[in-house]
Amino acid sequence: MSSSNRPTSPHLQVYKMPLSAKLSILHRLTGLALSFAAVILVFWLFALAYFSTTTSLAFYGFFSSVFGKILLILFTFAFFYHFCNGIRHLFWDIGKGFDLETVNKSGLFVVAAAVVLTAVVWIIGA
Amino acid sequence: MQYRTEIKRVKGLGTAKHGFGHWWMQRLTAVLMLPLGLWFVFSLMSLPSLAPDAVIQWLQNSVPALLMMLWVVTVVYHATLGLQVIIEDYVHDKKTALTLLILLKFAMVIMIAMVVFSLFKLVL
Repeated sequence: MSSSNRPTSPHLQVYKMPLSAKLSILHRLTGLALSFAAVILVFWLFALAYFSTTTSLAFYGFFSSVFGKILLILFTFAFFYHFCNGIRHLFWDIGKGFDLETVNKSGLFVVAAAVVLTAVVWIIGA
Repeated sequence: MQYRTEIKRVKGLGTAKHGFGHWWMQRLTAVLMLPLGLWFVFSLMSLPSLAPDAVIQWLQNSVPALLMMLWVVTVVYHATLGLQVIIEDYVHDKKTALTLLILLKFAMVIMIAMVVFSLFKLVL
């Protein structure tokens, strides 16, 4: 009981999070963002089917604006990151790629892939 | 030799016994979304424009409408499972958490109904 050098839990304010921890948080954040994107998608389809062209054009106008475009680019990145990192999770689920070296490598790869795919979509798409 | 009493069962403590179902459905929907997600992004990129007329014309065809329905329904279900975990992790007040979880399930059903109705309307 008197020992003073016992290990302590990570103190989150001073703890330097490893890459895997940061990417894990990013997976949850992008999932949250994509949930909002899904709601927008549902309302967009609903407007296309049931509302006048004016309402549908409001969606189109908003996402054609600079702010709307930035939002769409962020959603695209969130999609590709969540997509690629999701595949990484599926590999973990079947017990593959769990050693530290592979985890760090696949983590960097997933971020790079998401950036590249987002760029490709917006360069070709625009 | 039994070291524990049955009090935990009487009080309903311990796991809820359906954690695996949640985990499994999250993986299944994830796998289903891999092809559907790529189809979705690729389709939007291939459209001549994302203006209402172009999108409506595209979704009046049965195959895109069906795939769009599968995609959005799967997304909404997967998102519900994910948001459920976020609520369970961060909302510590039991009443608030339960209320949010119920609203989440309601929202899921409403979203799915909206998508199904919208796509049938566009096709028919």
